Amino acid sequence: MALSAAIQGGRAGAARFRPDRIGLVISLVALGGLCLPFATVKPNRILAGVAKTILEALPQTGSILLLAVLFVAITIACLRSPAWLRLGASVLVLLALAGAIGVSGIVLTPSGNPYARVAPAAGFWLLAFAMALLTADALTRLRPGPFGRVAALAATAVVFGFILKSGLWDNLSILKEYAVRADSFWAAAAAHVELALGSLVAAVAFGLPIGILCHRVPKIRDAVLNALNIVQTVPSIALFGLLIAPLGWIAVHVPGAKAIGIQGIGMAPAFVALFLYSLLPVVANTVAGLAAVSPSANDAARGMGMTERERLFQVELPLALPVIITGIRIVLVQNIGLATIAALIGGGGFGVFVFQGIGQTAIDLVLLGTVPTVALAFAAAVILDAVVELLSTPSVRDSAP
Amino acid sequence: MIDIDTITKRYDDTEVVSDVSLSVPAGSIAVIVGTSGSGKTTLLRMINRLVEPTSGRIRIDGQDTHSLSPHVLRRKIGYAIQGHGLFPHRTVAQNIATVPKLLGWEPARIKQRVADLLTLFQLDPAAYGPRYPSALSGGQQQRVGVARALAAEPAVLLMDEPFGALDPVIRAKAQDDLRAIQRRFGTTIIMVTHDMEEAIHLGDRIAVMDGGRLLQYASPTEILTAPATGFVESLLGAADRPFRLLSLTTLADVVEPGTADGAPLSADATARDGLSALLWTGRDAAPVQSADGAPLGRVTRARLMAAARLPGQAPV
Amino acid sequence: MTRVWSFLPRMALLAFLIAFLWHPAWFAGLLRPLTENGAPPIYDQGSLALLTLDHLAIVAVATLAASLIAIALAVLVTRPSGREFLPLARSLVNIGQTVPPVAVLALAVPMTGFGEKPTLIALFLYGLLPIFENTLTGLSTVPANVMEAARGVGMTGRQRLWQVELPLAAPIILAGIRLSVVISMATATIGSTVAASTLGAVIIAGLTSNNLAFIVQGGVIVGVIAILIFDALRGLETLLARRAGG
Repeated sequence: MALSAAIQGGRAGAARFRPDRIGLVISLVALGGLCLPFATVKPNRILAGVAKTILEALPQTGSILLLAVLFVAITIACLRSPAWLRLGASVLVLLALAGAIGVSGIVLTPSGNPYARVAPAAGFWLLAFAMALLTADALTRLRPGPFGRVAALAATAVVFGFILKSGLWDNLSILKEYAVRADSFWAAAAAHVELALGSLVAAVAFGLPIGILCHRVPKIRDAVLNALNIVQTVPSIALFGLLIAPLGWIAVHVPGAKAIGIQGIGMAPAFVALFLYSLLPVVANTVAGLAAVSPSANDAARGMGMTERERLFQVELPLALPVIITGIRIVLVQNIGLATIAALIGGGGFGVFVFQGIGQTAIDLVLLGTVPTVALAFAAAVILDAVVELLSTPSVRDSAP
Repeated sequence: MIDIDTITKRYDDTEVVSDVSLSVPAGSIAVIVGTSGSGKTTLLRMINRLVEPTSGRIRIDGQDTHSLSPHVLRRKIGYAIQGHGLFPHRTVAQNIATVPKLLGWEPARIKQRVADLLTLFQLDPAAYGPRYPSALSGGQQQRVGVARALAAEPAVLLMDEPFGALDPVIRAKAQDDLRAIQRRFGTTIIMVTHDMEEAIHLGDRIAVMDGGRLLQYASPTEILTAPATGFVESLLGAADRPFRLLSLTTLADVVEPGTADGAPLSADATARDGLSALLWTGRDAAPVQSADGAPLGRVTRARLMAAARLPGQAPV
Repeated sequence: MTRVWSFLPRMALLAFLIAFLWHPAWFAGLLRPLTENGAPPIYDQGSLALLTLDHLAIVAVATLAASLIAIALAVLVTRPSGREFLPLARSLVNIGQTVPPVAVLALAVPMTGFGEKPTLIALFLYGLLPIFENTLTGLSTVPANVMEAARGVGMTGRQRLWQVELPLAAPIILAGIRLSVVISMATATIGSTVAASTLGAVIIAGLTSNNLAFIVQGGVIVGVIAILIFDALRGLETLLARRAGG
């Protein structure tokens, strides 16, 4: 009797043990990362480097510590553990990896060789990717609210800022590239943000009224949207190029134009091109948002005696706002990416490093351009997603039965 | 013959169907009635194993449903649901042909069967066969849904609120059509509904469920006259009970010799319709005639009122 | 009648494109005003037609591969056995969409070297996202009662997928492919900065030699092809959606 109960209990226990399949996949990725080199040492920025495994790249205690933390995290990932535990474990490993790559930079850089540099290798990236996956999975399971997500973003930014400030990564190749061109980096950053944000502001200033007009006058709606759609099909480098000539002509022939920065090459054509690309999402989402306002809300507003103007500002626009902001999010993320291409026509921005890097086959320089671009786009997406959610939550709550 | 034997369905800690047993004789209609959350749909879906029971067994004509793999079992059982569930990307004819095609019937046989069924449901095969479901009215879509369920000549048909989305006039017609078709093919039907009126109208036997339990499984008359619990009684609606009881009787059952003045009533009409006609025209009695017009006698208000009375209750 | 009118401009556009690629010299007069100092009005460092074919081939291969993989992945994470991966897959797609195509292109270079390969990889990876997302949307918006009926009539999981879910999701999947093609058409031009043979070479030649005529012809060819493909796929979608009773 007692025996059979014990057997049944054991069987139930065995049946309950199921590994977490997402965790298993992530662990496989991480194990793959362990098999690949952790860092490479290059005699200078162009020559191929020498690959080093974790054991070679870190002092003994360091590598043991890193492997131990990684092992714990993988175990937690493979069990059906609570999401907060998975989040904690993955963040801990990511911090350990950040420290380890910095330490290996210090350890591996031969003293007295200013040209030598240490770069993270495939193994490091794969481990970081696996742990980022685990973080993303844990966050997906925890489903943080808009404030939680922005707070997580801010915390990440603070940690990165702290690491960069501390000098821990100063021996890594990407920061060596940065050290050589710190001034031009911040100029590029300013240009990039100016291009992406400035063209967005201009697009909203023009696109919102155009969208409202298209909503009110259905006759012009299709024509306007079709024209903007066609603009989207013109490849960005062509559009940048096409604007050089007319802007150059304006700079020469319109008095005062040159004084406000209009010229054939440089930032002006890039700005105008991004503005043109941005119009479609802003106009289309304004039209869609206004069209989605429920007829009964509009009827009620009319019935209460609101003027057209009052109805627009008090009923239609507030209700359409989440959709409009979604359009702005699309534009901002898209512009941050497209602004990279402005470098091809002398428009500045992070693209300068990307294309210089491609030209010199210097991957570190490419990274110096792409990493901040991706980080900017990601941050913009997280923040604007949070704004959209905050704006649309009350109406969702109200309309729920 | 469908035999449901001590069936239970448990999700985590909640039991949605608790220990239900009932059997449905071949060629009859059983209607499962209950409020939403009573477990009636889960019970139905366990018959074709869209839901796997936690314990208990179901046999159809003596064969355990677990002796077949689920999809093979389902091809042998017709299934019609609320909102018809027609495949929007397939024509009406293709929709009806679904199960015969899965079973690998000859194309000629499928074509013939589709045409027969469309005709049976009063839809011209040439006109409606090639249409897509979106081009049909709600009532037509529902008929095609039932036709699809009957396509492979199943001995058993399961229906989950099949008429739920129809307006009252079309619904009454659909119910009558279903009754006629069921008599013609001798199909065993188990239907789920929350509408007691529909249950009394269609069911040979009614199963009342609440909170996952089977409260009563009996003929409509027995449910009406001897409800097992207060809940069954409340489902019946106290005010409507005499009229529902009358709706189970036809005038042929209460006709008596004699004559009466005024327009004659048909012997096929329900006693409820008869009483209604008498009250409306202010008569105490009316002549009754058969479907072909032959006089059968008369029906009186007193007799009808007696038929509406709870059996065994002496008149005061 | 209205059909003819909506059909005519498209045919004219296609005829213009073919004529331009067949014999660009015919159009030299049109483009000459855009040049300065007697620079050539028509791209002279290679055949425009061949570059167009290369461009289309890269986009076609990348889109085909992206469609197959993205649809397969989306099917996988919507099956009962892969459903655990669905939320993570959704988050990854959202994150992936914030990475600009240029970044993918630039990062692919060190792995594969210059030429067609990094462009193919960038187009493939970036093309995955819209197709995957739309396939997920398409598969998860098949009406519940249709799926219930498909189970109820005794279809196996595979039959439900091929006979019900994929046909019903087809218009939305196609919209994703359309989006992916249009993005790829434009992104492929950037491939020329890493030495891929695409129409971007024409545009970049124009930028470096300050020849507006080159920029115009490269941009117009890419734009016209993108519009024609966009249009054709949208027509196909409408057809499919109408058949699916949309």
